Amino acid sequence: MEKHVVVIFPHPDDEAFGAAGTIAKFRQEGVPVTYLCGTLGEMGRNMGNPTFATRESLPEIRKKELQDACKVMDVELKMLGYRDKVLEFEDLSKVSDHLKELLETINPTLVITHYPEYAVHPDHNALGAAAIDAVSRMEESTRPTVWAQAFMRGYQEILGKPDVVQDIRPFVKTKVKTILCHKSQAQGVLGNVTGEELTEENMEAIALEHFKEETFYTWNFENI
Amino acid sequence: MKPIDLIEVQEQIDAFAGKKVFIHLETTNGAYANHVNEKAYNVGAFIRNAQVTYEHGKIKGAGAAYRVGLKTENGWVYAEGLNAWELDDKNRLLMAGHDREGRLMVSLEISETAF
Repeated sequence: MEKHVVVIFPHPDDEAFGAAGTIAKFRQEGVPVTYLCGTLGEMGRNMGNPTFATRESLPEIRKKELQDACKVMDVELKMLGYRDKVLEFEDLSKVSDHLKELLETINPTLVITHYPEYAVHPDHNALGAAAIDAVSRMEESTRPTVWAQAFMRGYQEILGKPDVVQDIRPFVKTKVKTILCHKSQAQGVLGNVTGEELTEENMEAIALEHFKEETFYTWNFENI
Repeated sequence: MKPIDLIEVQEQIDAFAGKKVFIHLETTNGAYANHVNEKAYNVGAFIRNAQVTYEHGKIKGAGAAYRVGLKTENGWVYAEGLNAWELDDKNRLLMAGHDREGRLMVSLEISETAF
């Protein structure tokens, strides 16, 4: 059994769409989970539908949504304070040092992050790479396992099938509740993910039907 | 934000003319454009806290798509596709263009203090 799980993603809502079912499963087993969230999604273009956020009010709105989502999942939240969309231009060795310091304090047995170069958004790829670099520099005796999430088009043709497949159907209600906490983003992102025309009324039902599993690749540190 | 009213927004643009102001200018179709539609391109640009002084500015257009041009000493600031605006609680003029799903496509913001 895991002792502590750390989730490292750059945006408020990445945890909901990518790993909320897996997180709920760990929490049910009594495993503590900490979410290190890279940014506040300041540059998101979903502003609610109908629009209720502005470019300037969005960070505070998304911060509150993130805090609510973490309450639903019952996880500890740490916000890392980077800025959305420009994470890849930061000095990534510094980001990696920052993550390494946090990981050495938390001392997790498992880290969940994005698979660098296979996670579509440049922020995902950059923070995933920094996280894996941080873990790779940890002492082997205390080094956590890493599960990396990929979802770029055609990723399985290159990477093969993910070795970690979490059946999240028993936790789908928690996952959807977590997604719906991100009110400014939920409808827009769910529309993309499910490929359906969503309204405020039908999105919960469609989401409950849509999510069945969350998949990850166990990172192989031998390859570095 | 509320739908653009030419007269109201023009008054706000006039109020910032001749002052040293900070600009946020942005256009985006999102980081997932190509992921969702293979034929689409990811295109976007933004500049945050550019300092300019404009001699005068105008808002033009009709219906749901407006253009704003600000004439500076050495050039121009321009945005197209704006359809919503507000003066926020920090007295900043926020203008944006949203698509049918409420997603931001373009934004031009003017403030006397840094964003």
